[in-house]
Amino acid sequence: MSSSLAVDRHPETRPPEQRTRRQVSTLPLVAPSVIALLLWMIVPLAMTIGFSFQRYNLLNPDAREFIGLGNFTFILSDPGFWISIGITIILVVSVLVITIGLGTLLAILFDQEFPGQGIARVLAISPFFVMPTVSALIWKNMLMHPVNGLIAQITRGLGLGAIDWFANLPLLAIIIIVSWEWLPFALLILLTAIQSLDHEQIEAARMDGAKPIALFRFVMLPHLSRAIAVVAMIETIFFLTIFAEIFVTTGGGPGLATTNLAYYIFLKALLEFDVGGASAGGLIAVILANIVAIFLMRSVARNLDT
Amino acid sequence: MSTVTLRNIHKQYTDVEIIKGIDLDINDREFVVFVGPSGCGKSTLLRMIAGLEDISSGDLLIDGERVNDVPPDKRGLAMVFQTYALYPHMTVAENMAFSLRLAGVPKQQRLERARDVARILQLEPLLNRKPKELSGGQRQRVAIGRALVRNPKVFLFDEPLSNLDAALRVQMRLELASLHDSLQTTMIYVTHDQVEAMTLADKIVVLQGGVVEQVGSPLELYHQPRNLFVAGFIGSPKMNFLTVTVSAVNDSGTTVQLPGDASVTIPVKPSSLSVGDRATLGIRPEHLRLDPNQPTLTGEVLVVERLGGETFLYVRIAGGDTLIVQTDGDNPSRTHDRAFVHINGDFCHLFDQNGESIAKTRRHHLMNETHEQPYQNRVSYQAE
Repeated sequence: MSSSLAVDRHPETRPPEQRTRRQVSTLPLVAPSVIALLLWMIVPLAMTIGFSFQRYNLLNPDAREFIGLGNFTFILSDPGFWISIGITIILVVSVLVITIGLGTLLAILFDQEFPGQGIARVLAISPFFVMPTVSALIWKNMLMHPVNGLIAQITRGLGLGAIDWFANLPLLAIIIIVSWEWLPFALLILLTAIQSLDHEQIEAARMDGAKPIALFRFVMLPHLSRAIAVVAMIETIFFLTIFAEIFVTTGGGPGLATTNLAYYIFLKALLEFDVGGASAGGLIAVILANIVAIFLMRSVARNLDT
Repeated sequence: MSTVTLRNIHKQYTDVEIIKGIDLDINDREFVVFVGPSGCGKSTLLRMIAGLEDISSGDLLIDGERVNDVPPDKRGLAMVFQTYALYPHMTVAENMAFSLRLAGVPKQQRLERARDVARILQLEPLLNRKPKELSGGQRQRVAIGRALVRNPKVFLFDEPLSNLDAALRVQMRLELASLHDSLQTTMIYVTHDQVEAMTLADKIVVLQGGVVEQVGSPLELYHQPRNLFVAGFIGSPKMNFLTVTVSAVNDSGTTVQLPGDASVTIPVKPSSLSVGDRATLGIRPEHLRLDPNQPTLTGEVLVVERLGGETFLYVRIAGGDTLIVQTDGDNPSRTHDRAFVHINGDFCHLFDQNGESIAKTRRHHLMNETHEQPYQNRVSYQAE
């Protein structure tokens, strides 16, 4: 994922002579961190690449041998891999839609003046500070549990019966949990963006006859588009690697119903002990993530230009 | 056809009263300027007319109809904002046609209207640009164009020139004057710049602390300020004020004792002032003369400000007051020189203890004429 950040959007425009002089004077100072970062990134990447070309199963570590693209062809022909990619896409897209859609609405609401505004804002943002494992456990045992959960008690109290979320609607349950965690982030960024909107613009639109919906559509939304693009980019990068929520609640099941790419690789590596296959899957995930990241960077960069 | 009438308008926020009861009649085709120091309520008043602020009490009538509860877009007004408030993601044409788009006018028609207005304002080559690609003056013109497109009964301007540099401000001032001349609509204009107020207005409304201090033509305010505040506010540099003692009251004038024993007779009608009363004498810097042969007051020059064409002398006189004297640019005075200042009673204003002006025995000769705009370059604004 980190390699996507290396996309160079600001080519050097200074004359070469000046550039070299500058590099010479600062290189010793930045070198330690550059080297540390390179080791940090390159060594694991190189090892992953190395493993991905080997038959390497921890159940039988002595039978380690070079098998070329064997792991890749095996993974790419595994229906489970394609299912996990589909799940990943559904997960990322639906959480993006929910967090940005609700986040925009909430940002507009929280931008209004009302008593207790400060406390309400803190409360609205606080879910972001709960670590994924903990929030997944809260949702699993206190909210969505079919017997003890708050939701089940409410629906049962209304005579509607209870839903066993993780058995019947596992992917929806995961989407709800992740959305709950990330809504505050979207809200925070979009709220600051709304607050930077020039008040006179809204008044000018009101003079022009804009009703609230037109005001939102023609003045606020265009103003927010940049912030929305940034939120989408950051969230996508994180949503591609959702793991803790799945591990704690459904364990990827039932079947493969909630197995995303990250969880698929985990299954390969640590349940089937297939280091070679997991490494190949990991590399494919890195490539896919980079493709997504490049597209996102492009669109965000274009957005920042206009 | 478009009159605006304010009847006892109040604006109250939770515990402060910003506007304390304003009555005002704005006639058709009049250019009215609200002027006053920061925080006097002039912008609030304009925003209440626009409908952006609620009116706490009182009546606002446009063309005789009460519009207190009519939403801003239905009042038939258009407003130009200080920061222009253009929509940054729309082109110039889209900005100008936005109100028509909201009103559901077909695209072809509204772009045509935008083009017509752009022709009047010489914006045609810029129609497809975004606001950030325009200079300050061009943005200002687009903001005016956006108001123009709506064909408003009344134009509202909220300090429209204060974000422009000095040269552009003068140019836009001229353009606004000729725009008013060619459109012949009612315009209400808020500014803190008295040069704008004096040059543009048919009628100036001086506001302070939420009340109207005086309403009148620019020259009326200059020659017959109603009180000390208006006298000090209109004119630059400020009018000089001296505390004086009344020594004689006649039908033809009142004689007052200046600091340092000199006395001046001011042609004002007899009033509540009687001999021995304290009063305030006001005289503008441009009406003071340096005259060593008939000095009314003498003092020491503290500062000399040379603007080239004219020179301002800050003279400290006996009693510690400082007078500003405007002389021509060739005046040789230097700092610490002795200055002999002559005061002509005809130019003086007299104010009683409450700061109210005392009426003069005769009106200024220009006062009976209406204030004409000196600009005649209306050609540029006529539609082909």
